Amino acid sequence: MPETLIFWGLSGLAILASALVIGQRNPMYSVLMLIASFGALAGLYIQLDAPFVAVAQIIIYAGAIMVLFLFVVMLLNAPQEDAAEWDRTHPLRQTGITRFGALLALLLVVQLTWALLQVNNVDVPVGAQGDPEALRSVRTLGRILFTDYVFAFEATSILILVAMVGAVVLARREGEG
Amino acid sequence: MIPLSHYLVVSAVLFAIGTAGVFLRRNLITILLSIEIMLNAVNLSFVAFGRQFGNLDGQIIVFFVMTVAAAEAAVGLAIVIGLYRHKESLNPDAFASLKW
Repeated sequence: MPETLIFWGLSGLAILASALVIGQRNPMYSVLMLIASFGALAGLYIQLDAPFVAVAQIIIYAGAIMVLFLFVVMLLNAPQEDAAEWDRTHPLRQTGITRFGALLALLLVVQLTWALLQVNNVDVPVGAQGDPEALRSVRTLGRILFTDYVFAFEATSILILVAMVGAVVLARREGEG
Repeated sequence: MIPLSHYLVVSAVLFAIGTAGVFLRRNLITILLSIEIMLNAVNLSFVAFGRQFGNLDGQIIVFFVMTVAAAEAAVGLAIVIGLYRHKESLNPDAFASLKW
């Protein structure tokens, strides 16, 4: 079953890379690991018959957002977390009430796992199953985006404009212009 | 065809990793990266559910989530740069002036 093998390989890569993002102290390596994770997720999207999302994932996330992060990490000269500080403030090293909270979180995990195991019909397809070829086509996606979702699409353009103005205002040095 | 539940488990694990990152790390940039992990976990759920329901709405929502993520990253990183100029630190504990 090559399909299953590819799924496990990609999801394992995504989870491992994401764990490494939060698993070490240098933010530069964190950003690079996150790009690897996004690449694996793009593979999963292709397996889910969503080629547009997969390409957008690579271009927008790995190409634009992560480059922005990398740029800021380099601009600020990548200050690493102080190891001593990290050890002192690490939540797992606190005592008392934090341990109690961790216990409650563990209890929540057990409860959720138990509850999810009770659901056994989640894999049955539901709703009006469209033509699988139409689901894959970017043409159909674009048509829906510019008819049913045209208001949200235009609102998105306002959002990006506001974000751009906000970023310029925030990053500007005080006292200029 | 991989069943839906497999994708949901992967998505849940990724979301948990992102949440853990926000709580455990002491670096503003890594915290923003953890938020991106969480957004991607949700995107995976959306696409998997979209295929399960047999329509394209899941993929369209993912498109909007990506746009919002781009806006969030731009504003968030601008704030990080501003904060670093003030205190020469990326540790969120250094910015406690409004706390009492």
